[in-house]
Amino acid sequence: MKHKVVVTINGRKHEHEVEPRLLLVHYIRDVAGLTGTHIGCDTSQCGACTIHVDGKAVKSCTMFAVQADGRNLTTIEGLANGDELHPIQQAFWDEHGLQCGYCTPGFIMEAAYLLAQNPNPTEDEIRKGLEGNLCRCTGYVNIVKAVQSAAKTMSSAPAKKTTVTAGGN
Amino acid sequence: MAVTQLVGAKIHRREDPRLITGHGHYLDDFTRQGTVYASFVRSPFAHARVKSIDVTDASKAPGVVGVYTARDFKGQLTGTHPTTPAFTAAKKYVPERFPIAEKEVCYQGEIVAVVVAGSRAQAADGANLIQVDYEELPAVMDLEKALKPGSAKVHVDGPDNIGWDIPYTGPEVTDAAFKEADVVVKERILQNRLAPVPMEPRGVLAEYESFDKKLTIWLSSQSPHFIRLFVSGSMGLKENQVRVISPDVGGGFGSKISPYPEDYLVPALSRMTERPVKWIETRTESIQNATHGRGQFYDVEVAAKKDGTVTAMRVTQFLDIGAYHGTFAGFQACACLMAGGAYKWKGGITARTIGILTNRVPTDPYRGAGRPEATHLVERMIDLVALELKMDPVDVRKKNFVQPEDFPFTQNFGLVIDSGDYEKSLDKALQLAGYSDLRKKQADLRKQGRYLGIGLSTWIEICGFGPSAATAPATGGIALVESAQVRVTPTGAVMVYTGTHSHGQGHETTFSQLVADQLGVPMESVDLRHGDTAEGTAFGYGTYGSRSLAVGGVAVSKAVGKVIDKGKKIAAHLLEAAEEDIVFEHGSFHVKGSPDKAKAFGEVAFASYGTGLPEGVEQGLEATAYFDPPNLVWPFGAHVAVVEIDAETGNAKLEKYVAVDDCGNIINPMIVDGQIHGGVVQAIAQALYEEVVYDEASGQLKTGTLTDYMIPSAGEIPQLIVDKTITPSPTNDLGVKGIGEAGTIAASAAVINAICDALSPLGIKHVDMPASPDKIWHMMKEARK
Amino acid sequence: MIPAAFEYAKASSVDEAVKLLDKYGEDAKVLAGGHSLIPLMRLRLAQPKALVDINGVKGLDHIEAKGDKLHVGALVRHVAIHSSDVVRDKLPILADVASEVGDNQVRNMGTMGGVVAHADAAGDYPTIALMLDAEIVTNKRTIAAKDFFKDLFTTPLHADEIVTEVVFPIANGPHKYIKFRRRLFDWAIVGAAAQKLNGHWRIGLTNVGPTPVRAKSVEDALAKGAKPEEAAQHASDGLDPAGDLRASPEYKKHLARVLTRRAIEQAQ
Repeated sequence: MKHKVVVTINGRKHEHEVEPRLLLVHYIRDVAGLTGTHIGCDTSQCGACTIHVDGKAVKSCTMFAVQADGRNLTTIEGLANGDELHPIQQAFWDEHGLQCGYCTPGFIMEAAYLLAQNPNPTEDEIRKGLEGNLCRCTGYVNIVKAVQSAAKTMSSAPAKKTTVTAGGN
Repeated sequence: MAVTQLVGAKIHRREDPRLITGHGHYLDDFTRQGTVYASFVRSPFAHARVKSIDVTDASKAPGVVGVYTARDFKGQLTGTHPTTPAFTAAKKYVPERFPIAEKEVCYQGEIVAVVVAGSRAQAADGANLIQVDYEELPAVMDLEKALKPGSAKVHVDGPDNIGWDIPYTGPEVTDAAFKEADVVVKERILQNRLAPVPMEPRGVLAEYESFDKKLTIWLSSQSPHFIRLFVSGSMGLKENQVRVISPDVGGGFGSKISPYPEDYLVPALSRMTERPVKWIETRTESIQNATHGRGQFYDVEVAAKKDGTVTAMRVTQFLDIGAYHGTFAGFQACACLMAGGAYKWKGGITARTIGILTNRVPTDPYRGAGRPEATHLVERMIDLVALELKMDPVDVRKKNFVQPEDFPFTQNFGLVIDSGDYEKSLDKALQLAGYSDLRKKQADLRKQGRYLGIGLSTWIEICGFGPSAATAPATGGIALVESAQVRVTPTGAVMVYTGTHSHGQGHETTFSQLVADQLGVPMESVDLRHGDTAEGTAFGYGTYGSRSLAVGGVAVSKAVGKVIDKGKKIAAHLLEAAEEDIVFEHGSFHVKGSPDKAKAFGEVAFASYGTGLPEGVEQGLEATAYFDPPNLVWPFGAHVAVVEIDAETGNAKLEKYVAVDDCGNIINPMIVDGQIHGGVVQAIAQALYEEVVYDEASGQLKTGTLTDYMIPSAGEIPQLIVDKTITPSPTNDLGVKGIGEAGTIAASAAVINAICDALSPLGIKHVDMPASPDKIWHMMKEARK
Repeated sequence: MIPAAFEYAKASSVDEAVKLLDKYGEDAKVLAGGHSLIPLMRLRLAQPKALVDINGVKGLDHIEAKGDKLHVGALVRHVAIHSSDVVRDKLPILADVASEVGDNQVRNMGTMGGVVAHADAAGDYPTIALMLDAEIVTNKRTIAAKDFFKDLFTTPLHADEIVTEVVFPIANGPHKYIKFRRRLFDWAIVGAAAQKLNGHWRIGLTNVGPTPVRAKSVEDALAKGAKPEEAAQHASDGLDPAGDLRASPEYKKHLARVLTRRAIEQAQ
């Protein structure tokens, strides 16, 4: 039996009838048509599918779409403010925090959550905070640098901080 | 190379804006109207006879379009899996391989049936309803047992399990040196089997248009032209009927070079169903079925003199081919040819490679392919010599290095190393690591019963494949050169088409830097295109073996040179000067000695489409170039790893890692550093964490998910200290070498040497990978007895 | 990978959840955080016919200190346990443990009740629960932790029984949990917990058998005045752990001894 799901993704309301077994990530990609959120594993390790659900970072491959009914979601497509990149996106660009780019949306979404929780993390806190995301290209060196640099930018421009969990609360 | 603004600068990547905002285009982001989905039924057994397949229930399941087994593909696909012939020239047995098994399955995961249905979920449901009756056969898993006469066979009808056996040089080459040696050290060195795990798994979307008889294949590939070549041949189509598009590729590491069964089956299914068909590999399928890397062991002995001079080596490579030869599996045998490393072996090297079939998924190149194995074995052996002679490993290395004045240096297998300065990079790495202080610290900690180890790896690499004379026999005729095409529009916009294909290396940026500089135009005027066989040259060779810049980049530069040459002809005409008096610099053609008499590149481009061109000059401004490099290129470097081992738990903690690498001239230092970071960490992962484990009796994969196959996270990896030396390559005009694999080639040896160094007070000489806490603890316990 | 089809129903109260479980019968599963269940379903190693989603059930997300007990609702997420001032104050070891379960994203979803009911031998909360004689409260009864973790993935819970809260004793004396693992986000290869409670040490072990283990012989030795290094030698008494990809049985027993000593020594 299909269930009705109403979700807000990046500020826009979506309404669909879905099978209960439809994973949230498949809903976002195949039904809502937002393909920036990626799938990299079957067992909730890689974090490529990380999005924000009501402001909290979760792995959208380990949640059913029906569970998201009534929730407010932010995906990578919703992070930038129009043409203006989010400071974390800018930092990933500036610090070469990505190579193939497949894991990147997940890392950026997790980093946004991390910095919302802890605006001035130490390197160890960043590494621990990113433990739920796997990258095969960068050796994490420049990802850590990007998060450090974004933290600096965001703390020196407090007005921008409100966009950290865009769509969240 | 001219002094320029863009080359050598840290230019932000042009591909990033789409990738950081979620607007990249990876395979699963594509769909076609009316797409149906494929789900494959795979053998749960390592080796079994397929007695029957019952598709009744699956055929009736909701949404199922069709269910197909081997028989259905017999009229659709012909031929066997392509393999490199040259590397397997001696004693060899190459089992036939059809993309879907009919009577016998030879590894866990081999395809026996496929369901096509209206949705992913329906396809998966249908596949679950297929009943296959198997008769299990003995699985051949152990390399040494597989070689024995009377062993069970990987393929029941095969003659034996020997995929190849090539003695490159006989024992007589090194007899004298071993006879005269002061010391001989021996070791068996394992190379763990690894799963490449690109973060984006593979996938295929195929659309066959029945009326036009044209096929478009979207797939995540490092070498789209090779896929077009193989798939068109198997499907009975001309290459111009097939278009292969490899969009943004989420990592490859070698696992997306060769064709896979699904690359043939999905297009064939599209032709059979007359629908676009899509298949996306799951991570579990990926770990089980994407070609693995390494999976080898080496028996090595080294003869040395008391003063630390190494004289000769004997090495035998035992390589796990898996159930079928990977297309480029034989390339991994280059470990033998590179076993001498950065050192002189005046007494010779005896080398032999034996490729052994087992009931596992095939192995194929994985980042470094043969060269990490060579580095690992020679760097381990150098340390064993140092240990035996109670010398500092630094001194043994320096004593045996090929020296700067020796280049070009012809090594033991006739390969000519183009350039190098090994001592320089080692000294720099030692200084960055604080080597002498580390040795003091080590001595102090040892007194407290603590185990600190310092490991070196003075690695060299052969890459930039490759000269046509060397590679054409190896690929069965198609030489690994590279092509490029440069087209300039009337308004001076530049479109560059390359036969290489980035899967994270940032070619859109690096190559554009190169072109923009050479033409003196802004980067925004240059658009780099790759990955679509319908665009650019007739054939492209792909990205692997650290070849893109050293071969592809040079081809681009050559094509730009041709455009400039034509531009000079036109400019000379416009400026009423002799062609040989025209100078091109900073984006402008001017008459020698009269910089005011000039035409901008854009003006010449516009004029090239007009009338009144000089006699014999055709309209347009474009050129194609192929670059056949005269030699391979030879990066090198020195890495230092510092490890402390917990005396109680055996846990090896990486305290520090220093990498000094030399890849010749650098186009974009930021991208070069990034390649080093990723490569080093992949090798650290091999040294400490990763291993594909099969049950030795049943052949069942035990590390099928990322829970068990241990890719490290940011939390396990220390900050890396990365620096460089620059020794331009004399092999190409750009002076560049490759850097994509360097880190992976270098780092496992440094880490394991550090672990062995740490444990040396206990008399432990060698630790195999992955150096897990359990393994180290057991060794420490035995040693303390 | 895609799970097999199932029926789905949301419950807004425990009663409603129980009714739904009754309706669907044996093949129904409770969906809380889902981080053990959903991966198993994606691999089709679990194919429940129905899921009863209890995430919307009110009154299961409390953290409360009452008397000498700390009540943690079944739906409390790991992140809430980790960041709770009450837990930090009344049972700080539980806050420490919560910060080491899974990863950041998992901790935003995973729940106390889910971990306890799943009864994985490598789960961290069960060790703390067993060690401290916690009580597992369901819609039907209260079960002592020692009677709850019966075997690997096996508890006395009935098909229509739902864990509603776990009640721990308040213990804010010296404590330490050491989770030995290769990667930060991994399950414990072996875990060791030490907690001083009413002047006596409690010692618990993770992943050294099919259920969590309370190392009574270590506790007894410590009570008799043995030094930590002597007492910890008993940590492997009676253990018969299964080997796995990461550790042999012998190594697990060794780790039990080493980590127990370290936990006691580092407890504060």
